[in-house]
Amino acid sequence: MYKILTKEMLSPAICRMKVLAPRVASAARPGQFLIVRVNEHGERIPLTISDYDAEEGSVTIVTQKIGASTKEICALEAGDCFEDVVGPLGLASDFVGMTDEQLKSARYIFVAGGVGTAPVYPQVKYLKAHGAYVDVIIGAKTADLLIYRDEMAAVCDHLYICTDDGSEGFKGMVTALLEKIVVEDGNRYTQAVAIGPMIMMKFTTLTAKKLGLPIVVSLNTLMVDGTGMCGACRVTVAGKTRFACVEGPEFDGYEVDFDEAMRRQGMYRAEELAEDHKCKIR
Amino acid sequence: MANKIPRVPVREQDPKVRATNFDEVCYGYDEKEAVLEASRCLNCKNPRCVSSCPVSVNIPSFIAAVAANDFAAAASVIARDSSLPAVCGRVCPQETQCEGSCILGIKGEPVAIGKLERFVADWSRVHGAKKVEKAAPNGHKVAVVGSGPAGLACAYDLAKWGYDVTVFEALHKPGGVLEYGIPEFRLPKERVVAAEIADVRALGVRIETNVVVGKTVTVDSLLDKEGFSAVFIGSGAGLPRFMNIPGENLNGVFSANEFLTRNNLMEAYRDDYLTPVMHAKKVVVVGGGNVAMDAARTALRLGGEVTVVYRRTENELPARREEVHHAKEEGVEFRMLSNPVEIIGDEKGWVKKIRCIRMELGEPDESGRRSPVPVPDSDFEIEADAVIMALGTSPNPLIARTTAGLETNRRGCITADENGVTSRPGVFAGGDAVTGAATVILAMGAGRKAAAAIDEYVKSL
Repeated sequence: MYKILTKEMLSPAICRMKVLAPRVASAARPGQFLIVRVNEHGERIPLTISDYDAEEGSVTIVTQKIGASTKEICALEAGDCFEDVVGPLGLASDFVGMTDEQLKSARYIFVAGGVGTAPVYPQVKYLKAHGAYVDVIIGAKTADLLIYRDEMAAVCDHLYICTDDGSEGFKGMVTALLEKIVVEDGNRYTQAVAIGPMIMMKFTTLTAKKLGLPIVVSLNTLMVDGTGMCGACRVTVAGKTRFACVEGPEFDGYEVDFDEAMRRQGMYRAEELAEDHKCKIR
Repeated sequence: MANKIPRVPVREQDPKVRATNFDEVCYGYDEKEAVLEASRCLNCKNPRCVSSCPVSVNIPSFIAAVAANDFAAAASVIARDSSLPAVCGRVCPQETQCEGSCILGIKGEPVAIGKLERFVADWSRVHGAKKVEKAAPNGHKVAVVGSGPAGLACAYDLAKWGYDVTVFEALHKPGGVLEYGIPEFRLPKERVVAAEIADVRALGVRIETNVVVGKTVTVDSLLDKEGFSAVFIGSGAGLPRFMNIPGENLNGVFSANEFLTRNNLMEAYRDDYLTPVMHAKKVVVVGGGNVAMDAARTALRLGGEVTVVYRRTENELPARREEVHHAKEEGVEFRMLSNPVEIIGDEKGWVKKIRCIRMELGEPDESGRRSPVPVPDSDFEIEADAVIMALGTSPNPLIARTTAGLETNRRGCITADENGVTSRPGVFAGGDAVTGAATVILAMGAGRKAAAAIDEYVKSL
């Protein structure tokens, strides 16, 4: 059992939890994820690691209520326990293998969408600690769905905000803001990283390509075991089938077949809707 | 004359009924049937069955105890050599091992050794009869990676000899392939698997779940930081193979591993578990091994019409005869000498049909089986909304990649000798991680041999 140390709602649909999982906390690196199971009957739900503290033995996860299982997660309170927490899974971000010398000359622009903002945080923190220059764009539909605003502002060089309805920051999509920052404002970057909904990563990749900017994306595919055993997470990258759980979750955005990835994400939508409905009538 | 008695048939669930449920197919012997079947054993002086058993269970001795109505004694005899008798009695390929070399099998039917082992194990579980002697703690810690058959067998022997054993399991439940791979209708999880694992735990073995060795910890950190004197790697062969044909990433194409894991470990067939599984109407399973049979029979129970596509003939099917027979009884169709070349999808990217080509058998290959050759222009299509690939599995490279000095061969299997000794001192390996996908009992045999080698190694330190 893995105890929840703290819990807070970041927005009506998004919760942040710090969970006691010492083995995961001491091995975790930016870019990796973990899998939780709420109880004996639960699904294995992959979640990106939003922070980790080896000394305290804790990992931080951020969950958005989407289906039956994520609702169950958000219904847990501090003091409750997860039945299972396993990780860290997947490969660490590429920059974890780079030297401080290399990172000092690197200029990163992160594009974070919705709940995908949370896993951006440890990456920015790591990069800043190793001397890189880091700007961040956070995008959301409306101002009340923005998360990690203050945390991010505290660790990055420049924070840009955009909302679809203009309720805060730039009015429009992250892609338009990225283009503006680079083309109009003349900012120069050596690497972009996009984490968020698949559709947002697809279009951010197209924009980055237009700008001649290399881009890394973090794929949130379906998974069961998360150790390379089932292949539910298959994605086509550069024409080859790869397993996002062990060879990812981060890939070169230019090479990812996003349309296939989005289609595969919806494989169990019918079953999920049925499950959701069942929960409501219970 | 003992061998004049015909082999006692075992009762099974009616095929029509069992095709709609996940309850165990075989009911097993009752006491009367077991005693009668046991009386058929000739108690050979030179028992060929024992030498054909990968863990060398003293078969004539336990069968004599059954014949004498002393089931508790029979259980003790088996417990000396096997940690998982209720599992082995159900899933071992007895026809090619103990029963395959039974003298009675030359002219008639061999003794039903598997069914007797199962009877004894089930009886002793119900009656709490199993007593295992355990040596005093010797103060040495050994880590076992993986809680499948190899790891459990290794841990069981080491614990009996007084070692302090911790088993690390990547998934949330111990058992390895016994949990995620083999379906409930062949191997009940609570009643059999969990009970036998409880027996291993009762010897003092600790099982830590949710630890992915190679990610959460490494073999090196176990040896250097956590104080283990030796590590046994029994991490199995968990990596699914695909065919690399067009359409394999369409929605509705699954590895058998995914399909079975959802259903077995995650219990997706039950309403009270949240994990979804596709209830397909027309399913094609590609492959001919036990895993293909398990996937086919599971898809059938979920309401599908199932066709198994295999590129050779029925004679070459690697699956156990009993499994093929059961699958046919339940209504699984077989298309032999057929090989998929493409999976075709609808406009939304879901599987619609699978295109195959007819095959014929040519010259024998290195395995001695005649290799299938495509017949030109013989393509045909099978309608399907799901395709399950059961083409075999390879070892997960996670551990080998993160352990310095641990050699693997070109198929990704860890290099180890017959005693499980690897290229890295203090690190031992056995089971599917070394051989590639094989059987439960071969993995157990490898686990036992490695336990002996570990004992020798630790004593030499």
